[in-house]
Amino acid sequence: MEHDNATPHVFPEARKPGELFYSLIFLATAVALLSMIFWQTSVLPGKGFSAQPRTWPFISLTGMTLFALANLVVTSRSARTPGRWREVGIWVRSLEYVGWYLLYVAAIPVIGYLTATLAFCLFMTWRSGYRSGAAFAAAAGFGLFVVLLFKSLFNVKIPGGAVYEFLPETLRYIMIRYF
Amino acid sequence: MDILLSGLAIIARWDVIAALLIGSIGGVMVGAMPGVGAAVAIAIMLPATFSLEPIVGLTALLGIYGSSMFGGAIPAILINTPGTPVNALTTYDGYPMTRRGEGRRALSLAYSASFFGGVFSILCLILLAPVLARIAPMFGAREVFLAALLGIVLVVLTHRGQILAAGMLVCYGIFLKTVGLEGAGYTQRYTFGQTWLASGVDLIVVVLGLFALSQAFILLSGKDQTYELPPIAKTGFFSSMAEILRFKRVAAVASSFGVICGMIPGVGEFMSQFMSYSYAQKTSKTPDLFGKGNPEGIVASEAANNSVPAAAMIPLLALGIPGEELTAMMLSVFYVHNVIPGPQLFQNQMDFVVALYMALLILNVLVVLFLLVSTDTLMKVMLIPNRFLGMMILTFSLIGVYSLRNSLKDCAIAAAFGVFGFILKRLDWPTSPIILGMVLGGLMEARLRTAMARVETPWDFIDRPIAFVLFSMIVIAIALHVVSVVRERRKVTGNV
Repeated sequence: MEHDNATPHVFPEARKPGELFYSLIFLATAVALLSMIFWQTSVLPGKGFSAQPRTWPFISLTGMTLFALANLVVTSRSARTPGRWREVGIWVRSLEYVGWYLLYVAAIPVIGYLTATLAFCLFMTWRSGYRSGAAFAAAAGFGLFVVLLFKSLFNVKIPGGAVYEFLPETLRYIMIRYF
Repeated sequence: MDILLSGLAIIARWDVIAALLIGSIGGVMVGAMPGVGAAVAIAIMLPATFSLEPIVGLTALLGIYGSSMFGGAIPAILINTPGTPVNALTTYDGYPMTRRGEGRRALSLAYSASFFGGVFSILCLILLAPVLARIAPMFGAREVFLAALLGIVLVVLTHRGQILAAGMLVCYGIFLKTVGLEGAGYTQRYTFGQTWLASGVDLIVVVLGLFALSQAFILLSGKDQTYELPPIAKTGFFSSMAEILRFKRVAAVASSFGVICGMIPGVGEFMSQFMSYSYAQKTSKTPDLFGKGNPEGIVASEAANNSVPAAAMIPLLALGIPGEELTAMMLSVFYVHNVIPGPQLFQNQMDFVVALYMALLILNVLVVLFLLVSTDTLMKVMLIPNRFLGMMILTFSLIGVYSLRNSLKDCAIAAAFGVFGFILKRLDWPTSPIILGMVLGGLMEARLRTAMARVETPWDFIDRPIAFVLFSMIVIAIALHVVSVVRERRKVTGNV
């Protein structure tokens, strides 16, 4: 149990790169939200403290602020690990995947779930650095499996693509219903 | 007996059995993939279960929950990487055993200990069910409020080394739940005039973002791990599994710790396995071998963590209070189907509760049978490259978020929480307090409002036996923590 005993309760000896920076952001967010409480919540006349709409936002935001403040103080007193801006860079770079993900979502009502999923799986495989035919085949197979399982078999509510409107009547129905 | 038969009738249906099979086999596979875990799988599966009947959806989710730790032991033992976070202690003794050519024995012990823990906890709970059915109605609004508060306090205090971060994140979760139109006076809270915020922040969207999308971003932005699978013997599973009988004392005590920790909201697997491992080491004839490949270590860790899922269903079913993030996700399945967990469920639908426990019992048998024939295949699952897994999770996640309302906004919110979860994971800050804050915060607000209508003085709040016990537990938990912090501080100051 050395591992457990070595883990401090409250006072970590070192902080992770970017931890102080993020603690500061979190505290600023908590303070900003708390400062808005008077115009983002109401007080109802004749109701007790526990029934007021303002009570729980006040309790939670006060708790957030106090814990964030204590966390910031403790973090600032622990040993620094270099690499803050490199770490922030990694956080920012994750937005790239958010972009591809939202593009995938936006493409579904236009080009259809099957096409969008296949394109997304193949593109992400390429983007992740895989170049072999086996990797692309696995990605295409996985994409097809997901569509067949969720849309064709489980009939999960995902709209058909606008491009399906240009297909012949019978094929259009099949594509909208199953793909 | 009648209740047992009624419970059996509920699960003796092809769709329940199919859900059990899919959930249990899927859970083992997910557990065997380092970097995925039950939380990701349940988050993805959750919206898909909304269209199913409660028993079918819950059985599938329970299948994943109960079986992922079985699967998580495989990479923990063979490649020193826990498949799920709660298999971390299994690496201490499992991997050294593999290195000295005892991989098969270690796996068999892990399977049998997990099975022992699972069955032990289910039997305990079936025996406890009549008692719980009596106690549950004694929980009024103030008792449920105090139990939820105890859950919040314990969630924070059990995050050793991250207590302040856990505290601010649990408060953030409570705050998130307050956003939108509130039910008492129908006023807007923190909507900033945006109509799409009036319905609040959807728990499923947050869960998918924090658990699934963030994990996908972690995997995609990291490097692929290369593992070399050790050779393991093809036979001897059954005889090695029987070895658990040599360690029945450790298995029984570890399972008991699991049951107790599982029943207390906010405690769960980590605490139970640390306590069990400690106990096993202290009472062992060979304590020096712990961490170097002692079979007792594997038994203690695996029996403890696998006895938690069944026990964690107790506060969820009896009081509607989830103990950790996985049961918090399951709670939403109940609400979607308008089945409200709580004393009424235990009183009026005991057969439903028994059916869930029977499903868990069958699940444990299914999983062991599956593992006996598929361990060699499952070893190959561990070889799926991390970034490819990231792409798979991202693709699966879309179904969960997009199928809710076909809304791009939901996907954007989930993606924002994905980035938030990504940062939290990079900083080693916990994500589960946010989910528990959201679930327990909403519950506390509603119950406090109801309770205060009948309370005149603060003493009235704790003048009933259960309320007083819960209040005392909160005070004792905080006091014990303060004492340990002061001791630690003195030790640190003394060392300087």
